[in-house]
Amino acid sequence: MSAEVTGASGRSLGAEAVRIEGLYKSFDDLAVLKGIDLVVAEHEVVCLIGASGSGKSTLLRCVNLLEPIDAGRVVVEGEDITARGVDIDVIRRRIGIVFQAYNLFPHMSVLENITLAPLKVLKKPKDEARSDAMALLKRFGLVDKADQYPDRLSGGQQQRAAIVRALAMQPDLLLLDEITSALDPELVAEVLDVIRELAVSGMTMIIATHEMGFAGDIADRVCFLDQGQILEDGPPMQLFGNPQEARTREFLQRVIESGRMGGQAAKHMRIDPAPSAGTAPTREGR
Amino acid sequence: MLLVVVVFIVVNSPGWERVQATFFSFEVFEERFEQLVRAFRKNIQIFLIAQVLVLIGGLILAVMRSLHSPVFFPIRAAATIYIDIFRGVPSILIIFLLGFGIPALRIPGTTTEPFFWAIVALTLIWSAYVAEVYRAGIESVHPSQDAAARSLGLSATQSMRYVVLPQAVRRVIPPLLNDSIGLLKDTALVSFIGAVEIFRRAQIVQAAEFNFTPYLIVAVIFLLLTIPMSRFVDWLVARDRKRQMAGAR
Repeated sequence: MSAEVTGASGRSLGAEAVRIEGLYKSFDDLAVLKGIDLVVAEHEVVCLIGASGSGKSTLLRCVNLLEPIDAGRVVVEGEDITARGVDIDVIRRRIGIVFQAYNLFPHMSVLENITLAPLKVLKKPKDEARSDAMALLKRFGLVDKADQYPDRLSGGQQQRAAIVRALAMQPDLLLLDEITSALDPELVAEVLDVIRELAVSGMTMIIATHEMGFAGDIADRVCFLDQGQILEDGPPMQLFGNPQEARTREFLQRVIESGRMGGQAAKHMRIDPAPSAGTAPTREGR
Repeated sequence: MLLVVVVFIVVNSPGWERVQATFFSFEVFEERFEQLVRAFRKNIQIFLIAQVLVLIGGLILAVMRSLHSPVFFPIRAAATIYIDIFRGVPSILIIFLLGFGIPALRIPGTTTEPFFWAIVALTLIWSAYVAEVYRAGIESVHPSQDAAARSLGLSATQSMRYVVLPQAVRRVIPPLLNDSIGLLKDTALVSFIGAVEIFRRAQIVQAAEFNFTPYLIVAVIFLLLTIPMSRFVDWLVARDRKRQMAGAR
């Protein structure tokens, strides 16, 4: 338990990667984000937890500017990406995002999905884009799916392909938006394993998730979002083991009752996890 | 059943013998069929050239209408007004206005060739219809596809070109073919500005023979083309439906 404050996972953290300051976002009359402040260091893995509608997805979509923000700023590696005159297409190359519903392009093969952006955006030569993509597919066990169309793949394979597609742009930051929520329970583990590997390799990630066990395992920091604000944040051991806010405790209690708590998070809480198909094996002996 | 009743009434009507002779003359049919098929080649030419232009023009209009940014309001508005006008006015009026109006202006360098103005008029009219078909296709592609493309760093244009349009066009091929049938039929309208195509030829033959059978021949020739096209559309729709069911495992 040495490096909890800066890196609960034991990874050494680098310089500031993302700084979000006073972020506000409304959809018409509905205020979704009400003053979010969050700093993420290089190599850090931050998990966003909270009930549906608490603003997790919107926060991620604001970070890569899929949603224009109302107030505040987002700074990526020292550059204010919410400033006027910034070319958002250039910014987005450095920020990968993976969606709950995969959003693969159904009219393209897996390989074409992955090489599209490297070819058209980075202007990589065809051979290079192809061999880079094949290397990534090999790394994530999808090499035999390269020429398949997405509808021939299982949900887990599709989601892994979507992750590879994001990685092919060699992003500095990866945003994961409830990437296992649409998956059948038995397919969740294969996707979470990919994320674990990325965390080990030092990828900076912000992850919105309902998988508490996974968040407990992988996160350096867990942020609890409630009604558009970060109500509480800290290393998983602290947030799951000794939550300060009543609402955090309430939320975690509901999660336990629904049987979606597992892994380290449950251990921190000293509560036997209900058998949950959606959680990955616990990482022991850290 | 209804058909049997109608046929019975028609065949037993007092004027049937006269009508049979003037509309269903087998001799005239046999004698003039080939001539009218030859005239139909002109319709096919007009159709093919206009069809290519319509597919391009309609796509451009649809993309103009699908631009979302407020910056593009004038472009969007222009496309909308264009489509409203050309869909809202009877085709024959536009063909008249172009076919008679522009040659009457006698602007140096412009042609009075009715075939040219026929193609222009049909292109202008059907681009408006086809634009709406394309637009329905573009809007049927879920916004998350565009979001995924944009987050990979693709520009709005690239996302439209590589991600949205290929999916949109595939989905609207059956309705596009329906509009092709409409365009093919509309080629008969250009006879009114003096282009000698199948309908005009049939009028000439009718006047010479005092017999209306040529019109029946025209109908048969059109049907020989449009019915297979209709069945092809049905087949495509059925195939897509099957595919969707297979996809929703």
